[in-house]
Amino acid sequence: MKTLILGTAALALTAGLAWADTVRMGTEGAYPPYNFINDKGEIDGFERELGDELCKRAELTCEWVKNDWDSIIPNLVSGNYDTIIAGMSITAERDEVIDFTQDYFPPTASAYVGASADANWEGGVVAAQTATIQAGHIAESGATLVEFATPEETVAAVRNGEADAVFADRDYLAPLVEASGGALVFVGPDVPLGGGVGMGLRESDTELKEKFDAAITSMKADGTLNALLIKWFGEGTQTY
Amino acid sequence: MFSFCEDPSTLETARWFACYLTNGVHLQFYQSFLKVLLLLAITAPVALAFGFLGAMAARSRLLPLSLLGKSYIAVVRGVPDIAFFLFFVIALDQAFEYVRHRVLCPDWTDPIRQGSDFIVCAQAKLPLGTAPQWVHETYAFVIAVITFSIVFGAFAANVLYGGMRAVPRAQLETAEAYGMSPRQTFWRVLVPQMWVFALPGLSNLWMVLIKATPLLFLLGIQDIVYWARELGGTKTPNFTAYPHGDWRMWYFLALLIFYLAMTKVSETLLERLMKRLTHGQATTGGEAQRRAAA
Repeated sequence: MKTLILGTAALALTAGLAWADTVRMGTEGAYPPYNFINDKGEIDGFERELGDELCKRAELTCEWVKNDWDSIIPNLVSGNYDTIIAGMSITAERDEVIDFTQDYFPPTASAYVGASADANWEGGVVAAQTATIQAGHIAESGATLVEFATPEETVAAVRNGEADAVFADRDYLAPLVEASGGALVFVGPDVPLGGGVGMGLRESDTELKEKFDAAITSMKADGTLNALLIKWFGEGTQTY
Repeated sequence: MFSFCEDPSTLETARWFACYLTNGVHLQFYQSFLKVLLLLAITAPVALAFGFLGAMAARSRLLPLSLLGKSYIAVVRGVPDIAFFLFFVIALDQAFEYVRHRVLCPDWTDPIRQGSDFIVCAQAKLPLGTAPQWVHETYAFVIAVITFSIVFGAFAANVLYGGMRAVPRAQLETAEAYGMSPRQTFWRVLVPQMWVFALPGLSNLWMVLIKATPLLFLLGIQDIVYWARELGGTKTPNFTAYPHGDWRMWYFLALLIFYLAMTKVSETLLERLMKRLTHGQATTGGEAQRRAAA
């Protein structure tokens, strides 16, 4: 009888472990090169590759989930997925609601892009994505902020003249500027914002956070993270 | 899809589009049209059933039942659809999980609400955290169907309630004079005759339902609106073999045509149905048909 009880307890325990082993990774899928949908319809990008490697190192089975940016934190908190890996900068406000791992992307430079070199980025109308650190920065600057739900719409606002400039991560804007053939140009200075990009987790998931922290540390130590950064963001990017 | 799609940048326009429109993302876009059609195919009969039950309850002679039916109609009709959708989907999901948590993990002592987190034990998660992604998507879809059905059921209940009251009193009196019980009168005389009165309202509702399907997008389901926005967005050559500018206008134009075609087909079918239902009825329409035939 005793062995039976012990056996059941052991089974229940291992079953409990098996439950926890699939980790659902939430991302936006609209912010290249961090994360985007490729031609095959799969999630791709720097964070896809990084996340898969982290899961391998932490010995977790991971599954990718798409979610809109503006509801990405509420859906993490209500348990629809277990992590946010979506180019989310670590800030004090967000840290009150969710937890972050250590950063896997150094503090980023944000930049202004306008339709011409004399675009009024200081006092004009500036577009930014809702609930981003960039939107917070513009709200406190002298410019008028217009917010959009997706990064795509912020750039479209500059193209069609609705906004004088768009303010976003430099890494997101760079490929767009390059492909625009002169229709979009960087204006103004780069602005360092945020405390680096980290993975978001529920406050109560400390165990999972430790696992990912350890995996990120090991990727930083053996240089694989730097190799990934250079692969997706080019030679000039900041590394660890 | 086609053998010549290896390097799209070298193709001329027609072939480029042939490759572009058949790549993996576009196939997912086409599948999402099926999602919308499936939603309509399930929601319409379920909402009609909800409506029928609601109308029956509202005209019941038992006071509690009648109050229940009437308050269902009044509450759901009185709350904005979007507010109801956003609230109900979260509430329904958490209610399911709460019940499962109580049943499956009775010896769990931690509070379910910890700050802003809603935490139930892993076994009570719905769907389970280990379930494959399609299960999660189906679950979200089912919740959406239930919500649509409740909302449109309330409107249908009101329409059917009106339809039932529009059946001429003389018809029911005649049935009673023949010695039919209230139940027989309801099913044999009232119900067959009420459809002709309810149909204009119901067809209106069907049109509104078709046009309300983009609400799926609000619920985080990747429907045609999501894909149109995603596919139409600017694509730079670094991340795709098919770079293009902002094509959202063309994708939304395609959606516009899709919805117009849907409503046009529905209108034609509903008109035919109306003709059939009018046949032999004691209404102006039925009388006109009789005269034309005579």
